[in-house]
Amino acid sequence: MLILQILIDGFVISALYGLGAVGFTLMFGVCGVLNLAHGGIMVIAALIGWWVAATYPVGPYGGALAGIIAGMAASYVTYFAVIRPIQRSRVIPKAEEEIFILTGTLLWGIMIQVGLDYVFSNNPVTMRALIPGVVSLAGVRTPLNELLIAVVCWVVIGAVSLLVNRTRIGKQLLAASINPRGLTLLGFEMSRIYLIVWTIYGLLAGIAGVLLATFLGAASTNAGALTASAFTVVILGGLGSVPGSLIAAYVVGYAETITAYLVAPTLRPIPALLILVVVLYLRPQGLLGRR
Amino acid sequence: MSHRLGNRFIVGATTALALSLGALVASPPAQAAGKGPIKIGVISEESAIVGQSISQGAQLAADDINAHGGVMGRKIVIVTYDDHASAADAVRAFQRAAEQDHVKAVVATFISEVALAIEPWSARLHMPTVTPAAASDLISKQVHDKYAQYKYMFEAWLPAPLLAQSICDSADDLLVKPLHIKTVAIMSEDADWTKPLDEGLKSCLPKVGLTVTTEVRFNPDTTDFTPIFNKIEATHPNLIVTGIAHVGVQPTVQWHDQQVPIPLGGISAQATNPTFWKDTNGAANGVITQTGTVQGLAITPRTLPVAAEFIKKYGHFPAFTGFTAYDAVRALAAAMQREHSTNPDKIVVGMEQTHMVGTLGNLGFYGRKDQFTHAARYGKGWITSTFMQWQNGKQVCIWPTDICHGKLEFPPFVKLPRMAAK
Repeated sequence: MLILQILIDGFVISALYGLGAVGFTLMFGVCGVLNLAHGGIMVIAALIGWWVAATYPVGPYGGALAGIIAGMAASYVTYFAVIRPIQRSRVIPKAEEEIFILTGTLLWGIMIQVGLDYVFSNNPVTMRALIPGVVSLAGVRTPLNELLIAVVCWVVIGAVSLLVNRTRIGKQLLAASINPRGLTLLGFEMSRIYLIVWTIYGLLAGIAGVLLATFLGAASTNAGALTASAFTVVILGGLGSVPGSLIAAYVVGYAETITAYLVAPTLRPIPALLILVVVLYLRPQGLLGRR
Repeated sequence: MSHRLGNRFIVGATTALALSLGALVASPPAQAAGKGPIKIGVISEESAIVGQSISQGAQLAADDINAHGGVMGRKIVIVTYDDHASAADAVRAFQRAAEQDHVKAVVATFISEVALAIEPWSARLHMPTVTPAAASDLISKQVHDKYAQYKYMFEAWLPAPLLAQSICDSADDLLVKPLHIKTVAIMSEDADWTKPLDEGLKSCLPKVGLTVTTEVRFNPDTTDFTPIFNKIEATHPNLIVTGIAHVGVQPTVQWHDQQVPIPLGGISAQATNPTFWKDTNGAANGVITQTGTVQGLAITPRTLPVAAEFIKKYGHFPAFTGFTAYDAVRALAAAMQREHSTNPDKIVVGMEQTHMVGTLGNLGFYGRKDQFTHAARYGKGWITSTFMQWQNGKQVCIWPTDICHGKLEFPPFVKLPRMAAK
């Protein structure tokens, strides 16, 4: 019974980690951007979704939609106001661009957190479950909403995988991640490809933020921890590798859940960090990293 | 949201106007240091609802005192500092308040860790300081053990061992006899204030006939409470006694969504916020928590008028810290008036004589020889605290039973022993 509980709980948490990390790793793989404002964008989606659902008679689904739109809007603002000016700057040397982007997104993430603090306070909030009620799975009382979250995460991850591997746009993204210069020489506009990636990223971060708000709740103060968790998953899986991130999400999710159930809830974050240290030591490129 | 922004804009504009007017008035060096306004510093976390209520409650008290002629004919001016819940920021603010802004007393923080960081500075700088909510028993223990140095620190609310006592007293009246509750699990966040709380609970719960089945302590950063509820459920308690302040929304929502069949009660500081129902989308239904007061309850003749003033000025009912901060400023002002001085040692003497009708009960402080030196006095005739339960969007007062007449109601998924027996 306890094993089944761990399996179910770990599966849902891991699916959510996976969804949060897929956009993050796709962004690095294609655009070379490590977005340290990631958690902030997820929290924007969560708080706007909660606020719209609590203020207007739109129901939980209307709130979720508003949250996802807010996540996408935040993603576009991040691209146009923070990333693009750095990429287009003539003053910043190309070799130092990555560190400027890293710093820029870090500062932007702090601004988002302080702004959310100001407008919403740092009180945690939760969105109403998209499907209320519980179901008994072989004796384990499981909220239907958690099952829905796992299903939605995998449907979205599957859709992204189809998009990347089976469509023309996806092939452009893959090509951009392998050889952006070659793609430019073939006449493709890189800024258009970047925009597509930021759109997908915003959508994924928005969905992850809203699902998080219906399950674990969200507060402005979570922004840093959410970025750190996506960062851990992505480094463990191998920067830029989507399948690696998914495997890493499940390694982290289950390691945390098993610790919380069998050792002590307080020690929950420790094993993921230990695994990360070991992997970085033995295999610095991560589980499925390319280099 | 727009209302909040509007309020902040008005507050900002008013502050700017007041500052510029203040500069105009203060520019001729006419007023001698002893004749100007008396400054009281307020240090709290402005982005938290409980923290914001502290500065608002203090300002309201200053306005009331000034409207009645001030202290020794001098006005009280509140100087606020945002500590962002950081002990380092709070200590810097405290030093600035004392050394640059020359405040005569400080009202500071609802977080025990922050209050404990400030306490040595109140001793070093001889600054009378009142915490309106920090509950660690170490605060009063230091005053008790090193009175000559630490006597400047006061608590306008109950220390954790007395909070535990109030849980046991209320459980005896509400749960043991009427609902046949016999076993409890203690579920507390790992923080300074919950250590003495848990110790107090483990000592007093058996005295009212409740057996503790397990004690689960968890990291305040916890977001997934499923394993915790799971562990607790495995010991089959009739009730979960909470000691939570840094978390609140998440465990409540997950308790509701997972339909954990055990009632949740104790101290859930976030559940005292008027916004808690909205924050949890109604998952708070049935949750019991200790608090200062609830809307409409007249604990003393002062409770309702102050609540009404607060709502009129800030547009919402305060968190309980709004009341304790209000009382803290009034106690400080009364002490200065009584001793006719702003000398720190005299303020301490004045504070020790405090016996006033506060907003949450009669306020007085334990003496030098008592166990909880300078903490607010607990018991009949002093502060007892109240217990409320969230019922259909309302905070319903359920204890003390002589002033609260609400009846306990639980959501359908909660199974009480009496119901199980049927």
